[in-house]
Amino acid sequence: MTKLTAAIVGPGNIGTDLMYKLLRSDVVEPRWMIGVDPASEGLKLAAQQGLEASHEGVDWLLKQDELPDLIFEATSAYVHREYAPRYEEAGIRAVDLTPASVGPAVIPPVNGEEHVGAMNVNMITCGGQATIPMVAAVSRVAPVPYAEIVASVSSVSAGPGTRANIDEFTRTTAAGVERIGGAERGKAIIILNPAEPPMIMRDTIFCAVPPDADRDAIVQSVFAMEKAVQEYVPGYRLLQEPQVDEPSAATQGQVKVSIFVEVEGAGDYLPPYSGNLDIMTAAATQVGDNIARSVLAGRKEA
Amino acid sequence: MTDAAQRDTLTRTWKDAHGGDLDLRLTDTCLRDGSHHKRHQFTAQEVHDIVEALDSSGIPVIEVTHGDGLGGSSFNYGFSRTPEQELIRIAAETAKNARIAFLMLPGVGTKDDIRAAQDNGGQICRIATHCTEADTSIQHFGLARELGLETVGFLMMSHTQPPEVLAKQARIMVDAGCQCVYVVDSAGALVMEQTADRVSAVVAEIGAQADVGFHGHENLGLGVANTVIAARAGATQIDGSVRRFGAGAGNTPLEAFIGVCDKLGWRTGVDFLQIVDASEDVIKPAMPEECQLDRMTLMMGYAGVYSSFLKHAGNAADRYGVSGAKILLEAGRRKLIGGQEDQLIDIALMLKAEQDKAAANA
Repeated sequence: MTKLTAAIVGPGNIGTDLMYKLLRSDVVEPRWMIGVDPASEGLKLAAQQGLEASHEGVDWLLKQDELPDLIFEATSAYVHREYAPRYEEAGIRAVDLTPASVGPAVIPPVNGEEHVGAMNVNMITCGGQATIPMVAAVSRVAPVPYAEIVASVSSVSAGPGTRANIDEFTRTTAAGVERIGGAERGKAIIILNPAEPPMIMRDTIFCAVPPDADRDAIVQSVFAMEKAVQEYVPGYRLLQEPQVDEPSAATQGQVKVSIFVEVEGAGDYLPPYSGNLDIMTAAATQVGDNIARSVLAGRKEA
Repeated sequence: MTDAAQRDTLTRTWKDAHGGDLDLRLTDTCLRDGSHHKRHQFTAQEVHDIVEALDSSGIPVIEVTHGDGLGGSSFNYGFSRTPEQELIRIAAETAKNARIAFLMLPGVGTKDDIRAAQDNGGQICRIATHCTEADTSIQHFGLARELGLETVGFLMMSHTQPPEVLAKQARIMVDAGCQCVYVVDSAGALVMEQTADRVSAVVAEIGAQADVGFHGHENLGLGVANTVIAARAGATQIDGSVRRFGAGAGNTPLEAFIGVCDKLGWRTGVDFLQIVDASEDVIKPAMPEECQLDRMTLMMGYAGVYSSFLKHAGNAADRYGVSGAKILLEAGRRKLIGGQEDQLIDIALMLKAEQDKAAANA
């Protein structure tokens, strides 16, 4: 066997976009698409791609003779919290694209290898995937007592889950800025902009660093991180060179590093402006690939 | 309770609380919207003095928060000199009759901030969203009502949407527990009939269950005119700031509006002479400068730009040696909305690159 089998649970925008990315994976084979609505467009598209598509939910999936090695959860935090224990009981690893935070959080270029053995990993939020790499890029060369991120996404790409739980987005993202980004204190802000045509996702990352921080090292580290993210999200780019503002009353006596990025999606299923959704599915694919490589290497040795 | 009875109970609450028989309920927002003009540098003493003066003049509601609402103290919007929760507490301790309101924007503040503001004495929770994104406020209205707070909803940048869209968004807020929806002219871009059409549509949609309010800005010099026409169209809760102390060219000058109300026979419960004295003796000394109609602020009203962008566009213009007016025009072209202050730096850098290129070719 050269690939791990996978089921995608939740055939909405995210699940469907994820399917197209997983179909290109060398180490993961998406074999099932699971939903609850027989009329789902995502289930139809999955069937066209040769996946086994069922609208009978996870209960149906877990009754099959052959179970997937991996489940990608693209439903809601509520659903994932309910089902996560059953996946684990069945020995299925889960990559969670909801903000349920059942397992440890993963940002591929920062801690992508750390949790390859975990039964459940969480992808934080789209804003987190787009900004935490940059906070980490700064914190690996200078102490970051405070980091703040501003994520602007087009209104049409923010689904009902994000809208109903916007506090969850800010809290989960801020926690990720601290734990994975390496900032002592993190803050997250999200803006939904209804402009037509829809705006491409934009994110700004502000980091406070001490007055004696090495400015050149910070700038170089940010450029290197841009390349690292581009390996799995080709449309991720810096809009400007990182800006360094010297300490003033307005920066509370710290040096302020400002980083501006844009995330253009690959347009697999979702339109290119939905970079926020694309970076989630691209990162989840990357994480799934890492897990699969580690499992497959283990099988080879055994 | 029937819709009409619900509405009646609500309006009677504020009418009775302030001597009764008010036609309009005024909210002064110089300690919130003025926070932008003040670059969020209010001191505890200033807040104490302003609340005391407004309260004794009879202003029934005073809003106190960072300009961008709870949790707004940040690199993006500017750090507060005094923590806003402390300012809310001081205001609540100082006011004898006025109720203290606070603002929160979903995506910036959180439910925990609302709880803290109530603990510090805030009584009215005002929740602001861009005027197409009302559904992001549902969980916050739910919490606010559960906590027993009075609720107000803000549909920001109302000039960008037609009346029927605003009415639908107002409905979402009211169904979530909002007791008064404001048509908010964040850019000071509405011209009278446009104000009336929007307020009328919102009154027609939610008037049976909730109040309707109007929040104006002066960027085209129409604050008082828009507010009068909004009240004629059915708005009963009115925002303004004494001496215009607010973002952009400032808010509807509340003392002027009170004088106009006296002439029109509309009862506000505020003493005109006292509020005019407060304006000169207390508000003016706390202002870094008067709020002015100048090139930058006119540009905001003309291009429909969020008033709070003013100081940030000015900062970016100074930092990169480009035109602040051009930054604002580009912000309008990009259809930026409230909260996207970070993008003004990106615009300034783009203008600088264009400027450098032109200089190299010259």
